Amino acid sequence: MLRVEDAQVPVEFSPELIAKFDDVVSRYPEGKQKSGLLPILHFVQAEFGWLSVPAMDKVAAYLKILPIEVYEVASFYTMYFLRPQGKYVLEVCRTSGCCLVGAEKIMDHIEQKLGVKEGEVTPDGLFSWRGVECLAACGFGPVLQIGPEYTFYENLTNESVDKLIGELTAKAKN
Amino acid sequence: MGRKLLLEHINVPGINTFDVYRSKGGYAAVEKALKTMSPDEVVEEVKKSGLRGRGGAGFPTGMKWSFLAKPEGVPRYLVCNADESEPGTFKDRYLMTYIPHLLIEGMIVSSFALGANTSYIYVRGEMMPQIRILEKAIAEAKAKGFLGKNILGSGYDLELYVQPGGGAYICGEETALLESLEGKRGNPRIKPPFPAIAGLYGRPTVVNNVESIAAVVPIVNEGGDEYAKLGIGRSTGTKLISAGGNLKKPGVYEIDLGLPVEEFLYSDEYCGGIANGKRLKAVVAGGSSVPILPANLILKTINNEPRLMSYESLADGGFITGTMMGSGGFIAYDEDACIVRNTWNFARFYHHESCGQCSPCREGTGWMEKVLHRLEHGHGKMSDMDLLVDVSKKIEGNTICPLGDAAAWPVASAIRHFRDEFEWHVTNGAEATTRNYGLAHYADPLPKLETAG
Ligand SMILES: Cc1cc2nc3c(=O)[nH]c(=O)nc-3n(C[C@H](O)[C@H](O)[C@H](O)COP(=O)(O)O)c2cc1C
Ligand code: SF4
Ligand code: FES
Repeated sequence: MLRVEDAQVPVEFSPELIAKFDDVVSRYPEGKQKSGLLPILHFVQAEFGWLSVPAMDKVAAYLKILPIEVYEVASFYTMYFLRPQGKYVLEVCRTSGCCLVGAEKIMDHIEQKLGVKEGEVTPDGLFSWRGVECLAACGFGPVLQIGPEYTFYENLTNESVDKLIGELTAKAKN
Repeated sequence: MGRKLLLEHINVPGINTFDVYRSKGGYAAVEKALKTMSPDEVVEEVKKSGLRGRGGAGFPTGMKWSFLAKPEGVPRYLVCNADESEPGTFKDRYLMTYIPHLLIEGMIVSSFALGANTSYIYVRGEMMPQIRILEKAIAEAKAKGFLGKNILGSGYDLELYVQPGGGAYICGEETALLESLEGKRGNPRIKPPFPAIAGLYGRPTVVNNVESIAAVVPIVNEGGDEYAKLGIGRSTGTKLISAGGNLKKPGVYEIDLGLPVEEFLYSDEYCGGIANGKRLKAVVAGGSSVPILPANLILKTINNEPRLMSYESLADGGFITGTMMGSGGFIAYDEDACIVRNTWNFARFYHHESCGQCSPCREGTGWMEKVLHRLEHGHGKMSDMDLLVDVSKKIEGNTICPLGDAAAWPVASAIRHFRDEFEWHVTNGAEATTRNYGLAHYADPLPKLETAG
C-alpha cells in the first residue's frame, strides 16, 4: 500500500533511463504512450529496487498521465514493489505443481536460513523472500526467481538454496 | 512415435540463433507466404488445418481470423498471448526459450495473413529472460530483412514488439491483456464488442496463443490439409503438453493429438510413469482451471474406453466424469498427494488472481479459499462440502470473464470425485494434519502397457 512517508525519498531519472523510456514509447501509435507504463515501471524498479511515490509521479509526468493512473497500475500487478525490499528478493513458486515436489519445504527452509518471515527484509538489507504463483516452470520445480533480471533457479533443494544465498551474499560484499 | 512439427529441431545446438534456425529450413514459411500467397490464401490454409487455439479455449484459429473486421484505412493488430500463467502450463516459456525464431516466424506469417503492420508479443513480466531472447531474435530477423519495411521485397511492412506484463494471471484473458497492453489494470472487458471488432486501441485485433502462432509455420509450409491428417477427428495436428507433478520424466512433449493418456503417462517415450514407484491418484489434464479427475477416470472414460489426449476424448463425460484439454498443463498427483490441500492451493490462487470486478468471483473465491483452509487444517464441518459446491455454482456463469468458472470447476470437481477424502478431513481433523488419506477406492488400475514391457 502507498504510504505517505515514502513521498519523502528524492528521485532523479538519469538520461540513460529516460532514453530507455523513449525507446519504449516509440513502439506505440501516436498518443498511445500510456502503453509504455508497465515496461517503464519495470525499468524504474530495476534502477531503484522499488517504486516510491515520487518515482511514480515522475513516470506520470513523463507519460503525461495522472499520478493515480500510475498508482492503480503499480498496485494491481504483483511484480511491482510499493515499499523497499531486500537487494535480492527470492520469489518462490507456491502453486500446486511445485508443492507436489516440495515447494513448501523449500519456503520453510528459506525462512529459517534467512531468519525473516515472508515479506520482511534481513537486517543487512540483502534479502527478502515471498511466495508467488505459478511461474510457468512447473516441470522443473521447485523454482524461484530473482529480479530485476528474473533469473530462474529450478529443481531447488535445501543445498542449492544454501549455495545460492551464499553466492549472492559474497557477490553483494564485493 | 509422433511427428514433431514444432519441436523437431529443439535440440540442435544454436537453434536459438537466426543462422542455425534458417539452416534448418527456418523462415521458409515467410518466403512462401509473402512471395507466393495472398493473405486470404494463408487464412484459408489455417482454416483447412483445423488448428484450434492452444491457449485454452480451443476455438478454431482460422475461423477467428476470418471474423477480423477490415475497415479501409484502419490499422488492425495481431497480439500474441505469451502470458502463460495457468498453473501447470509451461510450454510457451519452453518454446520461446529454446526456439524463439519459430514464434517470430509465425508472427510474421500470421500478421501478413491478417494485414497487421504492427504486432505485439505480450509476455508475462516474470519471463524477463525470454523477453531478452525474443528481442534478440527480432533484431536478428530484422537485420536479415524478415521484419521492417518491404519484407523480402514483397511490399509488406511489419514491426514486431515485445511487451512485458506486470505479474497478473488475469492478463492471460485476452481483453484483460489488451487493457494491460494499453497501460492499465488488467480488468477484463465486457464482451461484445469482441476484439475482432474493437480490440487494442479500439481497433480490430486478433489475440492468439504462442503455440497457435507457432503452428501456423508448419501449416503454411506443408499445407493445411497435410496438417489436418495428423491427430484425430476435430483434434487435428500436434499439441505441446506441459507435464509436471509426480512424474518420472516431467517436461514439455509434443504429441499427436489422439495419443492414449495411458501411453502418454506410462511409456518411456513420454512421462515414463509415476516417480518413486508410487501409484497415480489423480490428474489435472489441462491446467488448473479444468476439472480434476481420479486415476481411473483419466485412463478410461466412464464407458470403459481408453481416454485419449484429444479435445473430444478428454471432454467425454462432460463435467460429471470428464474434463478438458485446456492449455495442455498436465499435472500428475501420486498417492501421497492431498486433494484437499491441493484444492485449497488452487482456490487461494484464484482468489489471489481475481481482478475484483465482479462480486461473485471476488467474494466467492475468497469464501472458497477460507472454507478449504479450515478443512485442510482440521477445522472443517460436514456441511462445508455442500457449501463449497453451492458457492462454486453461484460463481459459475455469473461473471464478466471465465476466471470465475475457472475458479469454480476445480473445487466442484474435487468434491465430486474425492468427497470421501474431504469427509475424512472433517471426521479425522487432527490426523489429517499429520498424514495423508492415500488412494482409497479410486485407486488407479495399474498400467497394462504393451509399449512399457
Ligand atoms: C483467466 C484466463 C487466463 C488465460 N490465460 C491465458 C494464457 O496465459 N495464455 C493464453 O494463450 N491464453 C490464455 N487465456 C485464453 C485467452 O483469453 C484467449 O482465449 C487465447 O489467448 C486465444 O488464443 P488461442 O485462440 O490461440 O488459444 C486465458 C483465459 C482466461 C479466462
Ligand atoms: S470473473 Fe473474476 S477475474 Fe473475471 S472480470 Fe470478474 S472478478 Fe475479474
Ligand atoms: S506450479 Fe510452480 S512453476 Fe508452475
